[in-house]
Amino acid sequence: MLDQVIFYTFAAIAVISAILTVTRRNVVHSAVFLITALLATAGIFLQLRAEFLFIVQIILYVGGIMVLFVFVIMLVNLDEAVRQMRFARQKWVALLISLALAAQVGLMFWSSRKMPGQGMPKFAAAPVEMLPPNSEAVAKSLFDTYLLPFEIASVLLLVAMIGAVVMAKKRT
Amino acid sequence: MQAVIQATIEFVKQYWAPLVCSVAIVAILPLVAGYIVLVERKIMADMQARLGPMRVGPHGLLQPIADAVKLLIKEDIIPEEADKLVFWLAPVLSVAAALLAMAGLAIGPAFQIAKDINIGILFVVGISAMGIFGIVLGGWASNSHYSLIGALRSSAQLVSYETAAGMALVCGLLFAGSLNITSIVQAQYDQGIWFGLLAPVAFFTYLVASIAETNRAPFDLPEAESELVAGYMTEFSGFRWSLYFLAEYTNMIVVASVATTLFLGGWLRPFPRTTWLNFLDFLAPLAMIGVGVYCLVRTPKQPSRVQQIFMLAVAGLCFVVALVLVVPLVVPLFNPSLAAAVKPFHDGILGAFWFILKVSLYIYFFMWLRFTLPRYRFDQLMRLGWHFLIPLSIINVLVIGIAMIAGQYFNLTGWALLLTTVPASILALIVALFILASEQKSEPQKTSAAPDSYA
Repeated sequence: MLDQVIFYTFAAIAVISAILTVTRRNVVHSAVFLITALLATAGIFLQLRAEFLFIVQIILYVGGIMVLFVFVIMLVNLDEAVRQMRFARQKWVALLISLALAAQVGLMFWSSRKMPGQGMPKFAAAPVEMLPPNSEAVAKSLFDTYLLPFEIASVLLLVAMIGAVVMAKKRT
Repeated sequence: MQAVIQATIEFVKQYWAPLVCSVAIVAILPLVAGYIVLVERKIMADMQARLGPMRVGPHGLLQPIADAVKLLIKEDIIPEEADKLVFWLAPVLSVAAALLAMAGLAIGPAFQIAKDINIGILFVVGISAMGIFGIVLGGWASNSHYSLIGALRSSAQLVSYETAAGMALVCGLLFAGSLNITSIVQAQYDQGIWFGLLAPVAFFTYLVASIAETNRAPFDLPEAESELVAGYMTEFSGFRWSLYFLAEYTNMIVVASVATTLFLGGWLRPFPRTTWLNFLDFLAPLAMIGVGVYCLVRTPKQPSRVQQIFMLAVAGLCFVVALVLVVPLVVPLFNPSLAAAVKPFHDGILGAFWFILKVSLYIYFFMWLRFTLPRYRFDQLMRLGWHFLIPLSIINVLVIGIAMIAGQYFNLTGWALLLTTVPASILALIVALFILASEQKSEPQKTSAAPDSYA
């Protein structure tokens, strides 16, 4: 009961603020609503007893990426951009692509409906009495089970980072 | 309807203790913050050889309450061109983040709102870092250049120093082997040594980074009054301004608590495993009695009757606290059979005493720095962060990890671990200084401030 109330509250906040993010004219307002959407998603993680994902979502997305976003928004003068008409030519392409994506997701749920125990995902929370030690579990899967993919991803990120630094240095 | 009421009753039954604790924290923290301001003014006055606030109450003891009343009845000004919604939201966001972070902290083994959360210290750090949005959005929403520049400086500073602080925390967590606050303190008890001693460089890095993160002098560039009026707070007045102030002081308590938990042994007394130092526990009530006696001595010297009565009340409060502290200590001496029953109270109360003492000393150190050091220039601040603290903290994590493995190899625990970690820390410091020196050689120091758009 309480679980459902919490879930639908967070879900509603997430969806509404996601819509507001793309419809606001003011960029800073958009950023604020994006932060709200991310926080609501973090709340759903917490409700599913995924504490570690919850805090990583907050530290990385809200505390890291969004701070940089807001920082850049304030550095760049966006008054010009607000007055211009934005991206309107892609309307139909965007509609087409999002419809295709929606159809894909729908198809996934539709086709998985007959498999035993794998129908529509039920948002049942993990049992309260036996909380899995979250951070340990994540660490174990990252550094044990999926060590190679993890290392590959790290190297890729490192390459991207060095590339960004090199490109930024060339400018000046 | 019945089900809803039933669920509510169940909820309250299960969570009444954390709920009461949260209400208490939200209610008490403004008062605590007010008194920290008073203490700060008194310390400043002491360091500048004057008296500080003396008018309201004896020795200015009621000054915070007078200030609070003044702030509440002050006119609330919102600039004409401000973004009203964001202007309204920003200070609230700051305070909410700071107060929420308090939920993860443990003041002694007994006083913790969110008990035994697996992500413990990450929760506190992550949530309190969200307070930056209050500053940035507030600076943007006031539609003033001073505010905007203050906000930009603040976010740049926070992003730069967050990395160093995080790496320093990683170092401490390597020793603890857990993110859970109770386990971290327990690990320090098992080792018999504070992690701040095992990883002095990490502690130093965290100390500097935490000053920068709370925007305190000498890194208080976001609100540098000589150049930016009051930075991001320029356009805020009255209650909104006091919310920012509350957030700043709550954040100070939060970073001090994190440092205390991870590096200074949390609620453990110094040398927790050494039994012949058990008399240190009696220091707590003795200190309170000392303060009380001092108040009694000062009472006849107060100028007016009201102030004398107030001084007596303060002395009485001290004696009551001393009594509360002394009961769990004395009862087992007379009646050893009660020792087990009293143990939780003993641990809880004395733990809270040591924790609060350490946090206060940490905050005192902040104030000491504020009144001693001149403010950094913005490019100096950035150079210190990126060219020294971040390399230092990364190298430190590396060498401390190696030192720990070496310690395991030689079966070193507790104080013996110092044999490997201290040379490792010194090595990290030398390498970082070497990097700093080589960078300064290749890129000669500018004589004037860098003409950055945001500096």
